[in-house]
Amino acid sequence: MNHDKELDARGLNCPLPILRTKKMLNELTSGQVLKVNATDPGSVKDMQAFANQTGNKLISTEMSAGEFVFLLRKH
Amino acid sequence: MQEKKMAIIATKGTLDWAYPPFILASTAAALGYEVQMFFTFYGLQLLRRDLTGLRVSPLGNPGMPMKLPYGPKWLRDINLNIPNAVQSLIPGYENLATVLMKKTISNNGVASIPELRELCQEAEVKFIGCQMTVELFGFEHDDFIDGIEYGGAATFFEFAGESDICLYI
Repeated sequence: MNHDKELDARGLNCPLPILRTKKMLNELTSGQVLKVNATDPGSVKDMQAFANQTGNKLISTEMSAGEFVFLLRKH
Repeated sequence: MQEKKMAIIATKGTLDWAYPPFILASTAAALGYEVQMFFTFYGLQLLRRDLTGLRVSPLGNPGMPMKLPYGPKWLRDINLNIPNAVQSLIPGYENLATVLMKKTISNNGVASIPELRELCQEAEVKFIGCQMTVELFGFEHDDFIDGIEYGGAATFFEFAGESDICLYI
């Protein structure tokens, strides 16, 4: 799936992946997609919780080789 | 939907205890909460311009693992349990523990306190310094970062009374 912006949050730990995601979403317009790469295992649950509470949609979560890739559609 | 509110009372002035209030405040702000933090007693240390004085003490803190952030894995895995009586006699033990903790923090990709505080400010978290403590401890407003409001308990309750979450840390 295509994305409009990408965030490299690898190596960062709680709460930085969420804070950076929020910051970067501010630069997108409604409907655009942000791709986030992260290594923090806690970010899997946190990203879903962030989406639930902010109205942004978590389109997908993928895991491969110790890395997580999230796709978020801005509310 | 009306914006939710969170109020935090930050009362601790050590490197380890600086984390919970700033992590929760910055995250709540990212989730859309309006956040106010009231800094009182030792918590005022978290508002200083220069945060390099924040330290951590393993003394009397059996919950704190003392592990080396350097060297091979077998060495890093050892928990260096040193009795309180010995800790209190070693000069600079707190400084050493602080250096090791800062290294562990950066090794793990955890943000520094100045960084988290800045993220809170960017997210418009409101900081209130306890004026009574400022006077009690002989501080000057100039010791602290700009953009702080000073007030007392009543000032805090004005916001806390309307909050959805209120934490004492």
